[in-house]
Amino acid sequence: MKELIIIFISTVLINNFVLSYFLGICPFLGVSGRIESAFGMGMAVTFVMTLATAISWLIYNLILLRFGLFFLEYVVFILVIASLVQIVEMFIKKFSPSLYQSLGIYLPLITTNCAILGITLFMVARNYNFIEAVVFGLSGGLGFALVLLVMAGIREEMAYSDIPRVFRGAPITLITAGILALIFMGFSGLISS
Amino acid sequence: MKTFIKGLWSEHPTLRQLLGMCPTLAVTTSAINGLSMGLAVIFVLVFSSVVVSLIKNLIPHQVRIAVYTVIIATFVTIVDFFFKAYYPGISKALGPYVPLIIVNCIILGRCEAFASKNTVGKSFLDALGMGLGFTWALFLLGSIREIFGAGTILAGTSLMIKIMPQDYNNLVVMILPAGAFLVLGFMVAAMNRIEEVRKSR
Repeated sequence: MKELIIIFISTVLINNFVLSYFLGICPFLGVSGRIESAFGMGMAVTFVMTLATAISWLIYNLILLRFGLFFLEYVVFILVIASLVQIVEMFIKKFSPSLYQSLGIYLPLITTNCAILGITLFMVARNYNFIEAVVFGLSGGLGFALVLLVMAGIREEMAYSDIPRVFRGAPITLITAGILALIFMGFSGLISS
Repeated sequence: MKTFIKGLWSEHPTLRQLLGMCPTLAVTTSAINGLSMGLAVIFVLVFSSVVVSLIKNLIPHQVRIAVYTVIIATFVTIVDFFFKAYYPGISKALGPYVPLIIVNCIILGRCEAFASKNTVGKSFLDALGMGLGFTWALFLLGSIREIFGAGTILAGTSLMIKIMPQDYNNLVVMILPAGAFLVLGFMVAAMNRIEEVRKSR
């Protein structure tokens, strides 16, 4: 149990996927303009991430390792993620058309969200067992959603401020992310290893 | 010719279109890491674009993204094994970011937006231009971070030069994740400024 809590806290706060591993930067910059779409995106990513780690763990450990097919790792993982995203997309389209509208192009782009492929690769590299892998996937997604929401909040405020012209849009967002990353570094004392 | 040039500047993948951000930020702790990542991306981008444009008429429209991803993943596996075999040091430094080239949006973006609609030759030039554009941005970002963060440039090769004076206090923040965001933010702003001046002329 203690290990699971440590995995959770360190993945959400200390080694946050966006701010310290730079994974999932494209949706982070693209969807963080409004809180509502940031929330939807965060939830979609959390869902896909948790499922993707669970399924990839099973496939990797039960099929690829047993038959010595580990060189197919990347190809198999990306296929798992692509089909999961397809399912989530159909699901959201049916149950929440307004959310589907606001997520727009970013939904299919979850396939190329490096955070998701990244988390499956980290999971393999760190030799997690099944429960640990699922917790790792869940906390990775929640960490992503947290940073996305914070960023969206800041950007909604920033829309009213007077920013030098050349810094508008992407540059100021990147610089804000840099300051956020500095702040999140403060969490690194939370767990002494 | 225009197909080749546009990737280097006017449609620069990272600085103008903001694609492929993850490797741009993650591996640029030093100039040499940035450069090797750039070269790996050029290889994958060029080969995937050529293959996609060769078989573009054979791929059913609905499954095209899946087919592109599998093609890209194949070339990335080749690059990964190549690094592991011949440059284990670089492979270690780049870590999981080599397999993550698969989901680099530049590559999928060029396959979808360009290679699937153009001839093999044009796709080749487009991919080469975009790849080189990506590489110079990574090299520059890596150099800036290395110069301010460690006081050297090209550390890890025989060309290493100590740039900063001996009593220079390393700005550690440049090597940390925060530094990557800050420097890239200023680079994009500088790019915007240059384009503004160029247009007003």
